[in-house]
Amino acid sequence: MKPKILLLTGLALAATLAAAAKPVQLLNVSYDPTRELYVEFNAAFAKYWKAKAGDDVTVKQSHGGSGKQARSVIDGLQADVVTLALAGDIDALHEMGKLIPKDWIQRLPQNSAPYTSTIVFVVRAGNPKGIKDWDDLVKPGVSVVTPNPKTSGGAMWNYLAAWEFARRKYGSEEKAREFVAQLYKNVAVLDSGARGSTTTFVQRGIGDVFISWENEAFLAQKEFGKEKFPIVAPSLSILAEPSVSIVDRVVRKKGTEAMAKAYLEFLYSDEGQEIAARNFYRPRNEAIAAKYSSRFVKMNLVTIDEAFGGWAKAKRVHFADGGTFDQIYVQ
Amino acid sequence: MAFARRQRSVLPGFGLSLGFTLAYLSLLVLIPLSAAFIRAMGMSWDEFMQAVASPRVLASYRLTFGVSFLAALVNAFFGGIVAWVLVRYSFPGRKIVDALVDLPFALPTAVAGIALTAIYAKNGWVGQWLDPLWVQGVTKLSVAIPFVDWKAWLGGSIAFDRPGVFIALTFIGLPFVVRTLQPVLEELQPELEEAAATLGANRWQTMTRVIFPELFPALITGFALAFARAVGEYGSVVFIAGNRPMHSEITPLLIITKLEQYDYRGATAIAVVMLVASFTLLLLINLLQKWSRRYYRI
Amino acid sequence: MAAIVSTLGERPSATRASQGRVIRNPLWVRIVFTTIALIFVSSFLLLPLAAVFVEAFRKGISVYFASFADPDALSAIKLTLTAAAIAVPANVIFGVAASWCIAKFEFRGKSILITLIDLPFAVSPVISGLIYVLLFGLQGWLGQYINAEQPWFPALQAWLIEQDFKIIFAVPGIVLATMFVTFPFVARELIPVMQAQGSDEEYAALTLGANGWQTFWYVTLPNIKWGLFYGVILCNARAMGEFGAVSVVSGHIRGETNTMPLHIEILYNEYNFVAAFAVSSLLALLALVTLVLKSFIEWRHSRA
Repeated sequence: MKPKILLLTGLALAATLAAAAKPVQLLNVSYDPTRELYVEFNAAFAKYWKAKAGDDVTVKQSHGGSGKQARSVIDGLQADVVTLALAGDIDALHEMGKLIPKDWIQRLPQNSAPYTSTIVFVVRAGNPKGIKDWDDLVKPGVSVVTPNPKTSGGAMWNYLAAWEFARRKYGSEEKAREFVAQLYKNVAVLDSGARGSTTTFVQRGIGDVFISWENEAFLAQKEFGKEKFPIVAPSLSILAEPSVSIVDRVVRKKGTEAMAKAYLEFLYSDEGQEIAARNFYRPRNEAIAAKYSSRFVKMNLVTIDEAFGGWAKAKRVHFADGGTFDQIYVQ
Repeated sequence: MAFARRQRSVLPGFGLSLGFTLAYLSLLVLIPLSAAFIRAMGMSWDEFMQAVASPRVLASYRLTFGVSFLAALVNAFFGGIVAWVLVRYSFPGRKIVDALVDLPFALPTAVAGIALTAIYAKNGWVGQWLDPLWVQGVTKLSVAIPFVDWKAWLGGSIAFDRPGVFIALTFIGLPFVVRTLQPVLEELQPELEEAAATLGANRWQTMTRVIFPELFPALITGFALAFARAVGEYGSVVFIAGNRPMHSEITPLLIITKLEQYDYRGATAIAVVMLVASFTLLLLINLLQKWSRRYYRI
Repeated sequence: MAAIVSTLGERPSATRASQGRVIRNPLWVRIVFTTIALIFVSSFLLLPLAAVFVEAFRKGISVYFASFADPDALSAIKLTLTAAAIAVPANVIFGVAASWCIAKFEFRGKSILITLIDLPFAVSPVISGLIYVLLFGLQGWLGQYINAEQPWFPALQAWLIEQDFKIIFAVPGIVLATMFVTFPFVARELIPVMQAQGSDEEYAALTLGANGWQTFWYVTLPNIKWGLFYGVILCNARAMGEFGAVSVVSGHIRGETNTMPLHIEILYNEYNFVAAFAVSSLLALLALVTLVLKSFIEWRHSRA
């Protein structure tokens, strides 16, 4: 008799527990430098979602190179949301896997990029080589560290920023190509990812200047000392828009669509924007941007659409096989 | 290919062991690998050639295969000495050295790359005095023999250049040589040496005529494995190579590069070329070994 | 004959400990050889190991041990042990079978078979992972079959969809990639040993009336035990340390599909250098475990 009662009580208990709070899980597949950002953001979202829907949500994270992460999702990694380094990588989810609709970028405000960043220079203490702008990077004897644009999303932004600077200053695509070729002759180490380059520059002492994401540069300062690694803002840089999207096919299968949407929308909320700014990303919300204006210097920024006609074209011209990046090495 | 037995052996278990071997091999290795071949076959010839024979890829083959060969050669020589010393001599710390040999297997390749870079970089433990010596040496060589671009061949520094690739590939290949030789040395019958000595051979003759022929097949195997492993190595090399296109970029990195651009076919095409090259080399070495065994057994 | 325990003595072969040796190398040869070996091992092995431990203890012992309290680190350690626990025994069985038929019999195509066994060594780890993605990924063969409009066996397709069985970006994929990478180790260790051994002792056993299994257990196995031992150790070390192949099929989900090497990469990329090297030091300690095991077996053997 006794075991039966025990069993029934157990079953009843399990049933009540299940009704009270559903533990749910979300997988956010992201790129390398956002780790610190999403640790803080996920905790805030869990609190928000508990208050709103009553469920206990755990957000699992996966980080890696942006292109590699996109490929994993295309190959079947069950990501509810992707938060990658560039729109081009999210486009691939549509082109290669039909996981999301073609017009994904219009589903959320401001090109589905809730926060932005840009490209800056990190130099040695006291800036011994006197680096102020892109021109200083092609001088003989200046050693540059940047990741490989073929394997790193951040490095594509670096490359395009340098290209656009030269095109505006010297007036032609041909001149821009020469400029960039000259610049890459000065590159001492081409790491495969942005974090790898940071380590090479900071830990190994290689290079006079490191072309970096702004948020990555701030983080390096925070970790290793502000005076040791001063940041230099070039006269022209690029507006880097790391975009986000839900993965429609996965959320529909898992039944997490509403929560995944709320997760991304929460990035645009005041709290989400505040967290982004605290983690060195430029917030979109103007009030919060104003609050952090002392941190983020006003810079002259171009967008990928106006300067290069969008990611599809930029990738084809510059980074595909036989593109300009290949040409500058194989003369 | 036919796996027919050539002569009847009294020993049992041929069918069972060969059958199991072939089944396991097919399921785990051959069928998955054929997926790569089939994916690469979807390309037209021009596409294929463009993927596998562009100047950057060719430069990477030269670097990868050349340095791997060199590293395996160095490993065969020094690894041979290490194995001999470990099995034959006793000295303080012998067991610790013995245990250390497995390190390159146990340490994840990325950690190995980071650790080696930390040691051999300009500001590293060894690099701080070795790097200037290397640069000086290369400069002197350029003066002495001016017709060769020594700096391009030997690199302008140790870490983040070609010597770094060599260091990483030597590191990961070492246990293959030592661990292949060690069991053979352990099983080596002292009677052979005793017989040689009794017959009047001196130590050198015993070494070269008796011991070396016994070890040769294992040494060749160790060399081949170290070489094959080095050719495919990625994790440790990318940290220390500098990865400059046309100069210190290895082929596995180019495969990754293609993958990052969603070019599965280009990536598998290069992989197929590497596979075929490695397979041919390994086959040659295995044939050589078979021949050497027959030759020395007579 | 008593063992020689001078500083640079010559040690009796492990397997023939009872027999004396009449020949010794001259002292200077021993010194030169040992010195060369020590310099080589120090510069290529000891220094990296020292670097790992120095970094791991940079902030003191308490920080070192705190690195293992992290639940993500624990889950990574558990996953790594699981993968090795499946991959190593599977490859041991294969290795013994393969070396038996290769070393004890003559047949056509043997060189090709040996070379095929070597092949996983030569395949870039990246490709080893990729082939499983090509097979089991959403864009691969399995994925295409599941998404096909008119599949060959609709019932099988329905079953697969219902099961929702995950291979890549889950534990089975990690185990498969590990098995692939460590595939040749045991076989490759055993083949030269068995070849050097010859088959005479087995013939004798058979002549004396032993059956096949008895011959294997009582004659062959004792003779190949060192090779088998090295094979298992290497296979295990590599299974736990594999990075490239596993990285491709893992999906890098924290606390779920990260093995120790992948977790180390994550920690390193978060500038958490101490924790990264602390977890690495665990893998490096594997070599120490090997040493203890080997000494133990030698000791048992010398008593028997």
